[in-house]
Amino acid sequence: MKLTNLKLVTIITEAVLEEQVIRELKSLGAKGYTVVASHGEGSRGMRAGELPGQNIRIETLVGADVAHKIMEHISAHYFKHYAIVCYISDAAVLRGEKYI
Amino acid sequence: MHDILQTNLLSPITLCFILGIVAKLVRSEFSLPKDIYLGISIYLLLALGLKGGVELAEASFSSIISPVLVTLLIGCITPISSYLILRKLGRFSVADAAGIAAHYGSVSAVTFIAAQSFINEMSTKMPSLPPLEGYMPTLLALLESPGIHIALAIGAIKTASKGHGTAKVLHEVLTGRTMILLLGGLIVGYLIGHKNWEVIAPFYDSKGGVFRGLLCLFLLEMGIVAGSRMGDLKKVGLFLIGFGTIVPLLHGTLAIALGTWAGLSVGGCTVLAAMAASASYIAAPPAVRVTLPDANPSYYLTAALAITFPFNVVLGIPIYFELAKFFHA
Repeated sequence: MKLTNLKLVTIITEAVLEEQVIRELKSLGAKGYTVVASHGEGSRGMRAGELPGQNIRIETLVGADVAHKIMEHISAHYFKHYAIVCYISDAAVLRGEKYI
Repeated sequence: MHDILQTNLLSPITLCFILGIVAKLVRSEFSLPKDIYLGISIYLLLALGLKGGVELAEASFSSIISPVLVTLLIGCITPISSYLILRKLGRFSVADAAGIAAHYGSVSAVTFIAAQSFINEMSTKMPSLPPLEGYMPTLLALLESPGIHIALAIGAIKTASKGHGTAKVLHEVLTGRTMILLLGGLIVGYLIGHKNWEVIAPFYDSKGGVFRGLLCLFLLEMGIVAGSRMGDLKKVGLFLIGFGTIVPLLHGTLAIALGTWAGLSVGGCTVLAAMAASASYIAAPPAVRVTLPDANPSYYLTAALAITFPFNVVLGIPIYFELAKFFHA
């Protein structure tokens, strides 16, 4: 079994940003992504229900260089104004060529 | 006035709304499932559009042209007056002032429906009241978007914001569920004519039991949403609380004066005033969040939902009705 080491980038943020963030992930080199609705609490307070809109969790499997580009982009454009959490974890996948 | 306030206060929709607020204030866990809430909002908007379209098909061009122009004028004035008051008197930042102004420049469809129901109720009590113009939903559709764009444009120019482009926001507002269902419903209603309408009227007519019953459920949930923001009232300060009640009265009075000039009936003026006085909380918040990230959502959501919406539903609409009668006398 041939495993490839990749990075799993997870972004948890406000639902209104979904379209914009996904467009940017793709232009930075992500080949695919998964979005799930989520809710929770953080430093900017509880986020749940219809208003101001629930949270989303976006996940994408990418190579290390793209993962770092994504982190840099997110920190430069979103940290100041939006409720957003972004982290990288290690992942090992089959069919590594699908993702890079 | 006392009688009219009582009629409004004891109507099922107002009481259901208050029940929702009380449920939240006593910290009940209860709320309407989100999909049901969304489903009812789709039904209400489509029903409004269909009925409005059927009536629009029967209205003459000359009878609607003045109300249409007046509505567009109101749509241009309210965001600017809101912005100036917030900026000059309230000393809000450009982004906050523009963000709040976008909400007050646009319109709340539920406030419109509440005003329309109030007029229907009053016309059963006062047979001398002329019937409400059937094309009012057309005016609602016209008032939805200009206010948001004018306020966001002011904010974007003054802050050199790098958020979404205007074209993007225009697309979002024009393709949101309010516009698709309302405008789409108007067109469908316009095309089907009276015969086809009569077949579906028992389900969609705003004077019918189905519509009024679902409206109660919807207002119950609105009460819960408004109640959940009541806690933020302390954070937003006295100025915004005053703004959220006085500006609706100013915009409402302006609408009544212009509506009377345009030839609208007492009922039509009341509904137009409720529209001008209302603050959007479906189309405006996501547009503002993305375009003006510096604007604090606590301000605009609390002002629109916890101050202005309850004010209009409980007190504003009967006041506009009295003012409209005064202007027509």
